[in-house]
Amino acid sequence: MTTVSWSSEPGTSRGPEPFLSVRDLSVRFSTEDGVVHAVDGLSFDVEKGTTLGIVGESGSGKSVTNLTILGLHDPAHTEVDGEIWLEDQELVGAGASTLEKLRGNRVAMIFQDPLTSLSPFHTIGRQIGEVYRKHKGASKKEARDRAIEMLERVGIPQPATRVDHYPHEFSGGMRQRAMIAMALVCDPDLLIADEPTTALDVTVQAQILDLLKDLQQQFGTTIILITHDLGVVANTADNVLVMYAGRAAERGTVREVLSKPSHPYTWGLLSSMPRLTSSVDMPLVPVRGTPPSLLNRPAGCAFHPRCDFPQLVGSDLCFTQRPDISPENGHGDACYLTLQQKRDIRTGDTKEQA
Amino acid sequence: MTSFLVRRILGAIVILILISLITFYLFYALPRDPARAFCGKICRPETLTLIRHNLGMDEPLFVQYWHWLSGIFMGREFTQFGACPAPCLGYSFATQEPVFSAIVDRFPVTLSLTLGASVVILSFGILTGMLAAWKVGQPLDKIASSTSVIGASLQIYFVGPLVVFAVVDTLGLLPRPSYVPFTEDPLTWFVHLLIPWVVLSIIFTANYTRMTRSQMLEQLAEDYVRTARAKGMSGRSVFFRFAWRGAMIPIITIFGVDLATLLGGAIITEQTFTLHGIGELAVRAVQNTDLPMLLGVTVVGAAAIVFLNIVVDVLYAFIDPRVRLS
Repeated sequence: MTTVSWSSEPGTSRGPEPFLSVRDLSVRFSTEDGVVHAVDGLSFDVEKGTTLGIVGESGSGKSVTNLTILGLHDPAHTEVDGEIWLEDQELVGAGASTLEKLRGNRVAMIFQDPLTSLSPFHTIGRQIGEVYRKHKGASKKEARDRAIEMLERVGIPQPATRVDHYPHEFSGGMRQRAMIAMALVCDPDLLIADEPTTALDVTVQAQILDLLKDLQQQFGTTIILITHDLGVVANTADNVLVMYAGRAAERGTVREVLSKPSHPYTWGLLSSMPRLTSSVDMPLVPVRGTPPSLLNRPAGCAFHPRCDFPQLVGSDLCFTQRPDISPENGHGDACYLTLQQKRDIRTGDTKEQA
Repeated sequence: MTSFLVRRILGAIVILILISLITFYLFYALPRDPARAFCGKICRPETLTLIRHNLGMDEPLFVQYWHWLSGIFMGREFTQFGACPAPCLGYSFATQEPVFSAIVDRFPVTLSLTLGASVVILSFGILTGMLAAWKVGQPLDKIASSTSVIGASLQIYFVGPLVVFAVVDTLGLLPRPSYVPFTEDPLTWFVHLLIPWVVLSIIFTANYTRMTRSQMLEQLAEDYVRTARAKGMSGRSVFFRFAWRGAMIPIITIFGVDLATLLGGAIITEQTFTLHGIGELAVRAVQNTDLPMLLGVTVVGAAAIVFLNIVVDVLYAFIDPRVRLS
């Protein structure tokens, strides 16, 4: 079931119209064990030509959100509420053929594992070319030439011979380059990269991220980069959205979120990451506990079972009432702690660490 | 490709030699003496010795095997029957006819039965499996899935006579199953073998329906299929162009195994429909302690299975470029 929501004024009073606007998105899967609330009341905007990094643990709803943008969820078992606006086009509840025309054309996607994500039965050239043929009505010859051009653009040597090779004949990094070539063949406005570097080794990771950055600068592509690696976000993104249990925990520019994080979950993520500037024997602090089951979410703030500070908030607000992200725009977080409390905790932290 | 074929054919020859050796040995492990059977009720010792000599059974076992093996390539001389040109598989103990020509006479029957049934089974099984996967969870899927289970639990000697009775005797829609050489009249050949093919397919199709369905569903959940959808490919082209290829590989694997079952099961099929094929020949050879016939049938049958499996392996490479044949 897909619920169609209509809104006459998308993005009311929010200055310049964002390129992609997700409003109050909820995605629920019905499974044998019950209803999984994969995404719950998520809103975010992406400005044209910028990169949004979406960060979160596995199961935080980051991939589901982006599959929903393209309508790639299984419609039989999924219920989607809310709105997704791509400029002036509403995508929630859009028809199959509308979405087909959009996918690979205006909105393209790169996946985590380039080996399993490419068809083992077709040549790289054909897999790239068929997107071009489908959306631009190109002939076989034109599609092949375009595929060679794209392979060259993403830095694959000898593209004229590589075009006829199969994915298993490519190395991991080359496969991801081919995947990017395939995603960019129709010059999409929006590129969704779902953990594009997770399956690659570190040197190749950096190359792929550089490639994405270069291509963005050349063609002004808007990018959504899904990752669990804050280092990747720090290097590539303009804005960050931290997701927890299907909701936004914190949102802001990269600088704001990484240097002045204001949600206890973001603190946890940051302190579980090694820094070059800190001493070698300083222990990494993981976020204690495990991510919540989305079948059966904790009441109140979904993060409270893993949070160290609910007692600071006073009363039982954290246990009973779900916090919304505030303020509405700019750097915001979904936490009841006051600014002063956060500042105290942060300075205490730095004292302990120093 | 060429080196793959050479390797596979050499391997096949080794397998066939082993099979013939085992059959040869097992025959002598049997408590029955073919010469004694020839000799009749009143049998004098000297007659028995003469028969043994004529059958070549007075020589050591390995010499006899060598004569048999070399006869295939070079032909051999028999005191009783005279020259037997290559490929010579000897003369039947029971009917005195040359084994090779007996097999050549009957092999087309079994081959028509098996290959024809394979075509029906594969096309029908894959078609219904695809339909079930396309309409997963809907009535069509449930009908296809449940009827296929019923089919799989039936036996040919039960369904065969029932179908013959209904279609031939009662309704008179088709002629009674028999064999007319394809080269003589393809249409008559087809019409007369239709019942056995359909009956075999009722039993074997079920496997393919279920397998195709589950394989298709598995492939449709694969990452590369998601990529194809993310590229804007339509549902139909995702289903038939992408998922189909992956789903066929295990189907072909199982088919390679089932081919052997079909050929081996020819004994029952031929019996059920009174067709005179290799299976019938094999049964009679065992009953008559007819070593040359038994060896000939076993080796030719094994050769057919081994050859068809090489064909199946070549098919793999066409479907999946990751399979390298060099």
